[in-house]
Amino acid sequence: MPLKLADAIAAPDVEERECLWTLNFGPQHPATHTTLRLVLNLDGEVILKATPDIGFLHSGFEKLGEHLDFNQYVTIVDRMNYISPVANEIAWHQTVESLLGIDLTPRCKMIRVIFAELMRIHDHLLCCGAAALDLGAFTAFLYAFNQRELINEINEWASGQRFHPSYTRVGGLQRDVDDAWIGKVRGFMDGFIAAHNDVTKLLNRNRIFLDRCRGVGVLTKEEAINRSATGPVARASGVQRDLRRLRPYLAYDAIDFDVVCAEEGDCLARYLVRMEEMLESWKIIHWAIENLPGGPVNSEIDGRMVLPNQLSVYRSIEGLIHHFELNMTNRKWKPPVEELYTATESPNGELGFHIVSDGGPCAWRVRTRPPSFIHFSLFPHLAEGHAVGDVAAILGSLNIIAAELDR
Amino acid sequence: MSEGTVAGHTLFSDPAVESIVSGLEKALGVPGGGLKRSSFRDNHRVWVEPARLASALKHLREAGMDLLIDLSAADYLGYQDAEHRYGVWYILENTSTGTRIMVRSWADDPSPCLPSAFDIWRGSDWMEREVYDLLGIQFTGHPDLRRILMPDEFAGHPLRKDYPLRGMGERHHFVPLARDES
Repeated sequence: MPLKLADAIAAPDVEERECLWTLNFGPQHPATHTTLRLVLNLDGEVILKATPDIGFLHSGFEKLGEHLDFNQYVTIVDRMNYISPVANEIAWHQTVESLLGIDLTPRCKMIRVIFAELMRIHDHLLCCGAAALDLGAFTAFLYAFNQRELINEINEWASGQRFHPSYTRVGGLQRDVDDAWIGKVRGFMDGFIAAHNDVTKLLNRNRIFLDRCRGVGVLTKEEAINRSATGPVARASGVQRDLRRLRPYLAYDAIDFDVVCAEEGDCLARYLVRMEEMLESWKIIHWAIENLPGGPVNSEIDGRMVLPNQLSVYRSIEGLIHHFELNMTNRKWKPPVEELYTATESPNGELGFHIVSDGGPCAWRVRTRPPSFIHFSLFPHLAEGHAVGDVAAILGSLNIIAAELDR
Repeated sequence: MSEGTVAGHTLFSDPAVESIVSGLEKALGVPGGGLKRSSFRDNHRVWVEPARLASALKHLREAGMDLLIDLSAADYLGYQDAEHRYGVWYILENTSTGTRIMVRSWADDPSPCLPSAFDIWRGSDWMEREVYDLLGIQFTGHPDLRRILMPDEFAGHPLRKDYPLRGMGERHHFVPLARDES
């Protein structure tokens, strides 16, 4: 038998090397923020192999979606990415409205735009703040959370809930916003730029933060596309793809904003893209709140698709019948027997819903395209070859929300 | 939706989608209009049989559909006019032109099986594992087809229509311990 020298002296597979140390990172670890587990095969401090283990928070959301109607399921999608709840609601009801063929009113579109962008700021503040927190910069985190609190108050004022507003409805919103809400948004807008500056000044020239982010977890443009990355993660790698531009929904075709991109694809680029996107969102909200159209928020009162308001339910027989029709289990909507996928640019990336409808008021199958799930599958590719301390930097820059990851 | 008809078969209203699908038919050696098509709103779908799926996906990747947006499946048990039990969809996009199409395929009992797209798009890795976990469709050629959301020892596939919403299989691996055993 010919002896092959290269085989004899080749390094054994990662599993066979006994000198390696296996580290269980999570499911309870401060840097994971939620429940997810990583099995790291370490050679000294260097990660040779990372194996994500997920499913700790799997709660069967997609199975529930087959048993709850289009308005009820909004409370479930709220709890997927609970850092930007209204963005999920907008994505879900956009798919339902597209299936049913409902056109939204201009006022509803603009309020949804404002909420979508507030959620983007909300999500990015948490992501950037928590990323800095994991790398030891505690102060920036507090400045970011201070602003998030104001957005929670805006949620509460509009819908009555801070964290899970369940604000959208098929063809409209739970209720219209009032002048005090607009005042609250304006108040937030006035203070936000100063807070953004504070975070920027604390982090952008912070040497420890830069050293731990620059060149860590590099994702090339080819790999970003090949591995289905979207949103800020893909844009930090130079993929110029933003659904608000590519397939404008709501009122985005009328709004002027820039798509923020970077070339480097490392943790620092992902952080910088998110910070800059917040300023673009600020511009969008600023424009939208000054150009908020009047008129009703619920569309198609005669089309019998949208819940009537309280006044018409209590004061008119038509309103009462209409309300009854949309709430009895054997009535409700009659969508076409069709299938549909639509997506929105959520703060984390492309968030899409695929509804298979059998003509009933509940979907036959609801598929969520969860950006966190797809971005977490990038993790072994990004982490392998880096030191164990870089896990916190990479996880922080990917913004993994376990509730959306596991659904 | 608005589809034109030429030489006996329907055309997609979007010329970019139409040219991709006619290119796909040429590459697969199917006559023009040989693949079933449909459109609803802005979704354009083309049906490819499982035997031709691997070469169809490979061709689409080479034709510029470089982003696999989504890969998932549904159980059509008891769905009206359903010919096959499982329907699988691949949503593809060309990142330079923005063209999006959906490739549909199917699988059937007793052993639902499809070719893996792992070598074509690495993004399909976890998506295929999820479909395998929740619906029980095997993807041949996937290097690491394990359960991803449910625990490894779990029996059954929860998103199948014959799996009930509540009851069966709950906490089956939590063996109740009596006080004197603990």
